[in-house]
Amino acid sequence: MTALLNVNGLTVKLPVMGELRTVLRDVDLELEAGKTLGLVGESGSGKSMTVRTIARLLPDGADVKGHVRFDGAEVFDLRGEALRRYRAGDVSMVFQDARAHTNPVRRMGDFLTEALCTNDRMPRRAAEAKAIQLLADVGISDPERRLRQYPHELSGGLLQRVMIAASVAVRPRLILADEPTTALDVTTQAEVMSILARMQAEYGMAVLFITHDLELAGAVCDDTIVLYAGQVVERQRSTQLHRDPLHPYTAALVQARPEIGHRARRLPAIPGHPTTAYEAPGGCAFAPRCRFAQDACRRAVPSLLQIGEQGSTRCIRMPDLHGRLLATTGAGDEASDHQRADAAEEATR
Amino acid sequence: MSETTVVAAQAVARKRGSGRQTVRFVLGRIGGLLATLFVASLVVFGALYAAPGNPLSFLTQGRSMTPEAIAVLEAQYHLDDPVWLQYLRWLGGALTGDFGTSIIYNQPVSQVLAARAPASALLIMMAAIIVLLAGLAVGAYAGLKPGLLSRSMMAGATAVMAVPTFVAAVVLILVFAVQLGWFPVFGAGTPGLDAVHHTTLPAIALALASVAFVGRLSQAAIRQELSADHVQTAISRGLPRRFIVQRHVIRNAAMPVLTVAGLTIAGLIAASVVIEQVFQLGGLGQLLVSSVQQKDFPVVQAICLVYVAAFIVLNTVIDLAYALLDPRIGLGRRTS
Repeated sequence: MTALLNVNGLTVKLPVMGELRTVLRDVDLELEAGKTLGLVGESGSGKSMTVRTIARLLPDGADVKGHVRFDGAEVFDLRGEALRRYRAGDVSMVFQDARAHTNPVRRMGDFLTEALCTNDRMPRRAAEAKAIQLLADVGISDPERRLRQYPHELSGGLLQRVMIAASVAVRPRLILADEPTTALDVTTQAEVMSILARMQAEYGMAVLFITHDLELAGAVCDDTIVLYAGQVVERQRSTQLHRDPLHPYTAALVQARPEIGHRARRLPAIPGHPTTAYEAPGGCAFAPRCRFAQDACRRAVPSLLQIGEQGSTRCIRMPDLHGRLLATTGAGDEASDHQRADAAEEATR
Repeated sequence: MSETTVVAAQAVARKRGSGRQTVRFVLGRIGGLLATLFVASLVVFGALYAAPGNPLSFLTQGRSMTPEAIAVLEAQYHLDDPVWLQYLRWLGGALTGDFGTSIIYNQPVSQVLAARAPASALLIMMAAIIVLLAGLAVGAYAGLKPGLLSRSMMAGATAVMAVPTFVAAVVLILVFAVQLGWFPVFGAGTPGLDAVHHTTLPAIALALASVAFVGRLSQAAIRQELSADHVQTAISRGLPRRFIVQRHVIRNAAMPVLTVAGLTIAGLIAASVVIEQVFQLGGLGQLLVSSVQQKDFPVVQAICLVYVAAFIVLNTVIDLAYALLDPRIGLGRRTS
């Protein structure tokens, strides 16, 4: 079975102050119909750019190389009416900031029905009935009244639910969810996630889910991709991700998270700061911050390495380090020995 | 049954609540308008009182008069009263439309004004229409279709904004009245189409800088709205561009533009004085200039007050219109 969404060797450069800056480098991903793929990474790692590229929402002047195929069709060959149909019926975006992404002077009813009325030529009454049904589905009380309200009259969580309702209204085959819960408080987050998951199961949609929350990705996604500096650095089953990461960066992310039930004296932060694709050094982009980095890491950009059936990684030391990444910095364990050895190596150079 | 009653009652309460708020909002604005007018009347009256020269010297026209004759004149024009009494008398009269008697024309000021107001009103209305139509058209085109033409239009607009009104008037007269002969050089014409024909050139001269300003402003507003996040949502839904522009770009960009355009049109009132003078339209502006020169205090005060009142009323109308256009401004605010 071919995947619903197939991204291959995607490299994107955006014009910034007169020059083209790389934001994505050689990104590959695959998503099958009805499945959920997580996209994890820090700010600036290229998560949002990836979905914007898939939805063809890049700014003018963007330079795109590689392939994005949806259901076998090359997305970047779509023009005019075909592009509109792709955006209208095939993929649907859920944006992070629902408030900024809804027109402040239009009622929620307009927001929910405009796509149905315009693209599907549904009569206004039928579209409104459907909107009311959808609002009820996403757990919004008194939906008739909501249709007459303006965005500023709704809370953030409510607005995000309306956003999700509007996205699923057109029955897309793929939902691109760009950090849909990041702006919400934790309890609302959980509700919104469960609504999204329920809608997905009900309508059999595939979801490309962006988050910077590893645990959330682990809970809702089948597979997860970790992005760093515009590159895929790891891909594997979500359930394995925080137990057996395949890349030092993922491991560091896992360790930087506090865990309920453990009293941590001090959270291990990742040294240095996140790199964008544009500033990334030659060789492995994570090498300057990696406690396992060796000379070889800095020489050439590593390619994706398959680790058995489990997944793939962009770390050349993985065959050696596999399974030992999470053995923490506690005294005397192997990983910190490694670190010390590395540090010594560094010093002698 | 009881459930429907409750729902209906809630709906009525909601409606009544928002209705009350609307009334309170409008009343508040009208109260503000009256307060501003009151302050303006103080300033108008005080400014002329503080101005050099006094009406008595104009009434006597430099002749030496007997103290009795002066006393009669002072009594006739109430110049012997204390200032505050003069002000109150003037204000009381103004409220009933009686602005006193013109020193020069020896007629009631209201009559003098009424004869000249239509020419000014026509000029300002025609200029306002030109500002809105041409300014919004230029701005919308330049905002929606970026390119060489749009860029040159915006550059041209910047240049036009820098041209003083009276210079524009003289150039327009030279080209369209003297050389091409399409329009009369000066005069207001007879009421009706002839008046419109006579006022066209003055209205264009008056509107020109504001057209450029409103054009630039609406171009900027449209460009900003085009890159707004909510427009990106609309694009991501595959809606046709025409639909997105109509529904999400123009409407949202219209709010700031209409506010500033309204203020600009209000500003035309002041600029119209110069234009009336250049084109000899015989309106309020021209009367104002001659009355100031002749120290016809009652007429100057009345015209100033009319101008200020027109400006403030226009401002209030803009405020109310904005509140209607933007649901976020609390006319009928309901909470979720």
